[in-house]
Amino acid sequence: MSFKAHTNEMLQDSGLPIYALHLADNSLVLGHRNSEWTGYGPILEQDIALSNIALDLIGQARYLYQYAARLMNKAAGGPAAGGAAAGGAVASGQREITEDSLAYGRDAWDFRNCLLVEQANGDWGKTILRQFLFSAWQLFFYEQLKRSRDSELAAIAEKSHKEVIYHLRWSSEWVIRLGDGTAESHSRMEKAMDELWQYTGELFSPADYERKLSPAGIAVDLAVIRPLWEERVQEVLMEAGLAGHRKDWMQTGGKQGRHTEQLGYLLAEMQFLQRAYPDCEW
Amino acid sequence: MVTSDKIWSLLADVNDPEVPVLSVVDLGIIRDVLVTGEGIEIVLTPTYSGCPAMDLIRMNIRMTLLEHGFSDIKLTTVLSPAWTTDWMSERGKEKLKAYGIAPPLPSQQVCRPALFQREEAIECPHCHSYHTIRISEFGSTACKALYRCKDCGEPFDYFKCH
Repeated sequence: MSFKAHTNEMLQDSGLPIYALHLADNSLVLGHRNSEWTGYGPILEQDIALSNIALDLIGQARYLYQYAARLMNKAAGGPAAGGAAAGGAVASGQREITEDSLAYGRDAWDFRNCLLVEQANGDWGKTILRQFLFSAWQLFFYEQLKRSRDSELAAIAEKSHKEVIYHLRWSSEWVIRLGDGTAESHSRMEKAMDELWQYTGELFSPADYERKLSPAGIAVDLAVIRPLWEERVQEVLMEAGLAGHRKDWMQTGGKQGRHTEQLGYLLAEMQFLQRAYPDCEW
Repeated sequence: MVTSDKIWSLLADVNDPEVPVLSVVDLGIIRDVLVTGEGIEIVLTPTYSGCPAMDLIRMNIRMTLLEHGFSDIKLTTVLSPAWTTDWMSERGKEKLKAYGIAPPLPSQQVCRPALFQREEAIECPHCHSYHTIRISEFGSTACKALYRCKDCGEPFDYFKCH
């Protein structure tokens, strides 16, 4: 069986592996986007700040991918009970799923990240705004996930939540600084708002796997965090002078694997080495 | 039979590769050492999720114990409760300061999301002045912020509270 077919089969029965993948994909894709700034930041300190945020996000993604891989290997009846380090084939001729195979071995339609995080960096203002909108979501999301009845997800949330506090504060201050800055920075932030706002609705629109897991207290009920996010985001946008009316129409699909064109370019670069030289290490 | 005290004392010689004056014990990332008939289990927790030093730290722990004849080692990672700088030893804080890095304050102020907070008063590890300014909330590693002393003019790292 091909890796893809194998993966899809694992995802069908329980919602949990795909939920973990959805969260991992969110963090990895945004982490990778941010890492595209490494070496190109407007000033050294902010280059380092964004690179540090990228590291946090990729680190969070690793825990989530490792967990998803364990669940998927276990469902395949493999040696996954021993954890990610167990190694070896799942079944005869079957490759074990690992954090790396999930990050580098899936194509765009297998990714379940929200559309917001895959949007191209644009200028510094757009990058900052994307981080702010997502960090505000992650802060309240992880606050809830800390109480998940799935102890593994709860532990990852507890760890990640502390890091997101920094991300949100840093990006909020930048949104205010740029929105309420010069005429040039303000107009760029307005443009960034026009481009990104349409992807925020998806953050609160539950996918089928979330609907399946949230009554059991495993997945976060997105309706609970929506008013919290709106209040926080509005507060910052008001101060930044960016609170004008936006179009209500929202683009969705990322959580179901229907992505914008942007994700393909990102994966082409991120996965190139593992596609060209499978399993290479350095 | 080996005692867990013995293992703790060996771990006190395993240093953080990014901040080599601190041992993994000083850092507070070793949460438990269990000695059973089957071997030794070391329970550790990461500082930051993306800390690239963690893989190296795990390897260094294995190598150190191997050098002392302990080969049956299991390293278990726990994420909860999440690591905090409050777990850093007082001895570790003294060593950091002597090394030129301002140690973390016990105050949890910067761990809150309020915007444009007043900066914490951080003592310059070189001239001990409190007349310092934060250059960046994120420094050379995830766990540090970058400061500059307005009196002696030297930049320095602050191991920020987390």
